[in-house]
Amino acid sequence: MNYVIVGNSVAAVGAIRAIRTLDQQGTITVISRERHNAYGRPLISYLLGGVITEKRMAYLPEGFYEEQRINLLLNSEVVAVDSAGKKVRLAAGECVPYDKLLLATGGDPFVPPIEGMADKDRIFTFTTWDDAAKLKGIAADINRAVVIGGGLIGLKAAEGLNLIDKCVTVVELADRVLSSAFDRPAGKIVARKMKANGIDVITEDTVVRIEGEGGVISGVTLKSGDFIPCDTVIVAIGVRPAASFLKGSGVEVNRGIVVDNSMRTSVEDVYAAGDVAEAADFFSGDKNPMPIWPDAYIQGDIAGTAMAGGSKEYEGGLAMNSIEFFKVSTISMGVTNPRDPSEYEIHTYQDIQNYQYRKIVLQANRLVGAVLVGNVDRAGIFSGLIREKIDMTPYKESLMLPDFGFINLSRDIRNRLFAPQGKAADSGRAERAAGH
Amino acid sequence: MKRIYSIEDACIGCHLCEVACITEHSLSKDPVKAFLHEAERPISRCTVEEWDDGVVSISTNCRHCDEPDCLRACISGAIRKNAQGVVRIDTEQCVGCWSCVMACPYGAVQRNLKRKKANKCDLCPDRQTPACVEACPNRALVYREGSQK
Repeated sequence: MNYVIVGNSVAAVGAIRAIRTLDQQGTITVISRERHNAYGRPLISYLLGGVITEKRMAYLPEGFYEEQRINLLLNSEVVAVDSAGKKVRLAAGECVPYDKLLLATGGDPFVPPIEGMADKDRIFTFTTWDDAAKLKGIAADINRAVVIGGGLIGLKAAEGLNLIDKCVTVVELADRVLSSAFDRPAGKIVARKMKANGIDVITEDTVVRIEGEGGVISGVTLKSGDFIPCDTVIVAIGVRPAASFLKGSGVEVNRGIVVDNSMRTSVEDVYAAGDVAEAADFFSGDKNPMPIWPDAYIQGDIAGTAMAGGSKEYEGGLAMNSIEFFKVSTISMGVTNPRDPSEYEIHTYQDIQNYQYRKIVLQANRLVGAVLVGNVDRAGIFSGLIREKIDMTPYKESLMLPDFGFINLSRDIRNRLFAPQGKAADSGRAERAAGH
Repeated sequence: MKRIYSIEDACIGCHLCEVACITEHSLSKDPVKAFLHEAERPISRCTVEEWDDGVVSISTNCRHCDEPDCLRACISGAIRKNAQGVVRIDTEQCVGCWSCVMACPYGAVQRNLKRKKANKCDLCPDRQTPACVEACPNRALVYREGSQK
């Protein structure tokens, strides 16, 4: 079997491991437009901020590609897929044939046209190692930067620049930062922490013009009319599935590449996984692109399994993010900010002064979402309860306890998770005492 | 593979599993030195949960899952599963993003805030039987072949 994987990040790695579990013999070719081995993409802000060295960007142990016998083509962009002829064409012109193809190209940063941006030198996006390296390379020359977009990427870029002592202003169109992953109080806590560290956060405004002479930026003008002086602009408005090379391939692309629960696309022997894919949502089953790291791994694993002849069913994507901003931990998962709160039961606790917040979202007595800021210990227990769709009716009271744990759940659940097999039906205390 | 299982009825809530875990992962491997004299006290990898003033208690720990959610969530590649199935964290590589804390449905990854590193059960690489299991005075923890759940 001849496997070809386009893309070389976490979904590709999940797929490689799954393929090699089932098929030791087949050839695997990995094609990436980047020049690096798989790296921890979310670590680029750590790299920019000087928190980690380049060596620690490596996502895989040394020798991984050799051990898994991967034919690795770096610096190679796939520009077309010929699904009838079962081959992909590279930018350089050559074609690579496949029996099974995985499209795991991730996302491309979205850069809207902004007046004055055309000839400016220092307009960057922030989604790749090379983006971070470029910024780092000119860091000595940066005095003031404006980050357009107050989502996860924008705020992490702002934090990275702040850590190397740059003046940073974040401009966000919505009325708060992190509006997609977080609710209002959590966004407020993060914004407060950013401001406390010297980052200017402007909301309900946007950059309408980039000012300057020739290639040099002198500042940006906002919709409100305000002018912010700066020499560097980072565009972090969002990421879109990198699927434009599929034109004419017959592969169905909606917002992302549409896949079923085995990560199969509309074309036989072509699969997709990760940020480029549009797979079922955990709750609704509706198909949505979901740029979530763990989810990309899971999709890659499912795709790889299917490609190698096995079968695993995708349970649907559950959004989750764990991000730190200036040492304030935040974790969000599932439904965090329901549009129609009347259908949900919501419990919150907040102590904004101390950067603490906890929100639990239930629907029909099932846990469907959580936001934790500050104390995020054992947050995964919530993700397990969401995935298992446990009826929370008897346990609701305890959900807000700071040390909520399995002891607050039923004996049956604890036994199922932790007891030795065969002990699950173990009888009560009295009988045990009698046995001693 | 061999895993640690917990028998709730036998747990007396003494926390000796936690003491043993902390001791095993200390520099001296001596409980008094680990708790009183070493610069940094390790964080227990097992967590004893109690209810009703300790009438109900259980020691919860890592399942060394077949498909570890912590590994899949790890953004730095610091979490790996070895050929024997043991899931361990390379603390050098860990950046303390807590994605594993977010993903582990067993609540079995701890945060070491001082070092900004995730902390989890390593099944005691220097021992035949993990320290927590050996320390349990009522054999509420057993170490034996078995599946994840």
